[in-house]
Amino acid sequence: MVKTLSPNVRDRRLLWTLSLSAATAAGLLLLILIFLAKEAWPVLSTVGVTSFVMDSSWHPLEGTFGLTPMLAASVAMSALAILIAAPLGVALALFCRFYAMGPVARLFRWAVVLLAGIPSVVLGLWGLTTLVPLINDLRAPGTSLLAGSVVLALMILPTIALTTEAALTSVSQSYWTGASALGLSREAIILAVALPTARNSIAAGVLLASARALGETMAVLMVSGNVVQLPSSLFDPVRTLTANIALEMAYATGTHRASLFVSGLALTLLVLALAAAARRSGGQVVHA
Amino acid sequence: MPDAVLYPGSARAGSTPTFFWRNLALQSFVWLASLLIIGVFLWLLGDILWRGASRVDWEFLISVPKSAGRSGGIAPIIVSTVLILVVAIAVAFPLGLATAALLSEYARQGGAKVRGVGLSLDVLAGVPSIVFGLFGNAFFCVWMGLGFSILSGGLTLACMILPIVIRTAESGLRMVPDEWRLGAAALGVSRSTTIVRILIPAAAPALVAGLMLGIGRAMAETAALIFTSGYVDRMPRSVFDSGRAISVHIYDLTMNVAGGDPNAYGSALVLIALLIVINSAALWLANRALDRKPSRS
Amino acid sequence: MNTPFVGDLVPDSKTGEAFTLGPLVTGPPCCEPVPKIRVESLSLSYGQNEVLRNISLDIYGGCITALIGPSGCGKTSLLSSINRLTDLVPGCQVQGRILREGGDIHAPGVDVHALRRDVGMIFQRPNPFPLSIRRNLALPLREHGLRNAREIDDRIERSLKDVGLWDEISDRLDAPAQALSGGQQQRLCIARALVLEPSVLLMDEPCSALDPISSAVVEDLVESLRGRYTVVIVTHNLAQARRIANYAAFFWVKDRAGTLVEFDHCKRLFESPRDERTAAYVSGARG
Repeated sequence: MVKTLSPNVRDRRLLWTLSLSAATAAGLLLLILIFLAKEAWPVLSTVGVTSFVMDSSWHPLEGTFGLTPMLAASVAMSALAILIAAPLGVALALFCRFYAMGPVARLFRWAVVLLAGIPSVVLGLWGLTTLVPLINDLRAPGTSLLAGSVVLALMILPTIALTTEAALTSVSQSYWTGASALGLSREAIILAVALPTARNSIAAGVLLASARALGETMAVLMVSGNVVQLPSSLFDPVRTLTANIALEMAYATGTHRASLFVSGLALTLLVLALAAAARRSGGQVVHA
Repeated sequence: MPDAVLYPGSARAGSTPTFFWRNLALQSFVWLASLLIIGVFLWLLGDILWRGASRVDWEFLISVPKSAGRSGGIAPIIVSTVLILVVAIAVAFPLGLATAALLSEYARQGGAKVRGVGLSLDVLAGVPSIVFGLFGNAFFCVWMGLGFSILSGGLTLACMILPIVIRTAESGLRMVPDEWRLGAAALGVSRSTTIVRILIPAAAPALVAGLMLGIGRAMAETAALIFTSGYVDRMPRSVFDSGRAISVHIYDLTMNVAGGDPNAYGSALVLIALLIVINSAALWLANRALDRKPSRS
Repeated sequence: MNTPFVGDLVPDSKTGEAFTLGPLVTGPPCCEPVPKIRVESLSLSYGQNEVLRNISLDIYGGCITALIGPSGCGKTSLLSSINRLTDLVPGCQVQGRILREGGDIHAPGVDVHALRRDVGMIFQRPNPFPLSIRRNLALPLREHGLRNAREIDDRIERSLKDVGLWDEISDRLDAPAQALSGGQQQRLCIARALVLEPSVLLMDEPCSALDPISSAVVEDLVESLRGRYTVVIVTHNLAQARRIANYAAFFWVKDRAGTLVEFDHCKRLFESPRDERTAAYVSGARG
């Protein structure tokens, strides 16, 4: 062992080390934003923000940078996924909390946690080989906005179900007993007491889930067809912002590459705004 | 419960016809939705098990992929995955533990600064993984000159899992009862020794549980890896080689290789099995951490 | 109050108890009425909350001083200001002086670690670290620079003998300390303080979380420390204070802050208190 240092010196050194680590960890966010901005700057400074919004098509090599179709696809797909997942997720949480017997509820909860743990690439694989052929039978080509939404819904459903259940659990037990004492039916308690009380947390869970949905890449990329267009029906193949980055980043150079970083920056800001909204509505975050 | 007022006469709610239909509707919806979800889940799981099990055997795990992965196994893929994880953990764990120790042990002294660190971590946790991929590509591959390599991929994942490692480690350290901190201080034991020799060992199960969660997160990740660690499916010779993670392998077989689905399902089964093992271990350790409190007499 | 009052000084070193005590190794031979620690007009507050107001008292070397009084009158705060554990409490302000070996312990440049090494503390609830018995005792020794393994073992053995634990646990020193019974844990904590060879021991209700038998054992142990260590003990157990203490200080809450009402030889404070509040408290009429 080296010569013993005085406790004070050791404490100071440790504090330094810890502070340095924390500064690194905190600085990472800044570093990421700076690098995104730095890589995006060449095209932002020459082309400007407006063409990303105003241009009608995405042909970065020919100088049109319209992100609108992909942004629309991202938003439409996430919204649709929320529309599917939110009622189902809340219903599942209600089932586990108010309807199922102990072991059944545990089994369902276990299934939800397991579902949350399934990697998006595996969901994409399953979606492409199982779901897409089914949709294809309805209307070709199968890879579509609808397929993307359903797979996304499967991905975010656990988040919604788990946050809702956490919120329902924290609704005070005394409400429950009080309401039961009034002779309210189970459904009346759910509608009049449980859901209204848990409303804010459920909303936060949904916002958080939509942030995840917007940021999701692989599952969406694999099942939604990746055609850059404004979707006009559920069965149209579309390309989301995230899928676009994943598809083109491999070979993009120069302005093209820079414009991908612009879309990454836009995506980050969008997702962070949603996360901030979720934080504001005061829900507890369940890491699933 | 102010909303209960909205339902006057609700003491007899179950028996009135309007409420009967409403209750029945809600009840059926809840049941149907739950059965639907569980059905789809079982379908999904069954598909993966069924189609994966026909591919996975010992040979699959130890042989190299042939004809772009259509046949052969995933041995180099597993090695690359493990190497990427090792790099990610080797960076994220020490950094995360040190940051967590600062947040939990010195939080009072920092005030605004510590809150700032916490906020930036929460924001970082919300950044989409594809954006980590962009950053990793720009920073590690290009700016640091590491190219498409296991090192780049691992470092990118380290950034991605850092928030979850920090947050779990922080709550683990905060769960350590104050009486040990006071007891150590009363013996004139320095803060550094207290943290290193008493608090960290006491919080070890929680710390490892957080680490496991991070590993699970990293292993499931694809988007952050496709343009940082790359696609090369050869056996890597060092961390400076490009290596294909198992999730990237699944993606590539599904999307770019016609007839790659069977092996994609085989790989998916391996991946999910590993994830379940890791998550169960994390859960078990986290529960053990809860049990570890000073005994009361 | 400053004159020696030898009448109530009980001879130390009891033998033939439920546990065995080692031979006396350190410390002055007996209780000396020489101020070891001098508290001078000490006031202490947590934020806006004043806990102690203008406390002055002398703590005599080698003696046992009991701090008594109702809950919330700042006894524990006084105790933890003597080893500056109050430093760890955010928003805690201390005014006045605590003199030890002539110097104020709050003076700038005072080495807190050295202070706490010399002023040990025992808490209400036993708090052995989640380590083995041996590591519990070795950790503070190593921390204060002792590296010689043999000497560490010697010191561990000596302090375990001093608290009467050696015969009970010498064969399982590497077992987790948390596996010991509550009373054994508390004695281990005392051994952990003694292993650093302090001159002062602060005890915050060391028996109150223990069952009656363990409590009696620890009480005997505390009594055996007389003469070798300067002990300051907070206790709610008046009978216990009466049994073991040489001096007693009675605290009472006045204007929502703890004040020292009376400080005297233990016997005198209990038998002929000068203040009526003391009289009411020790007779069980109030508090």
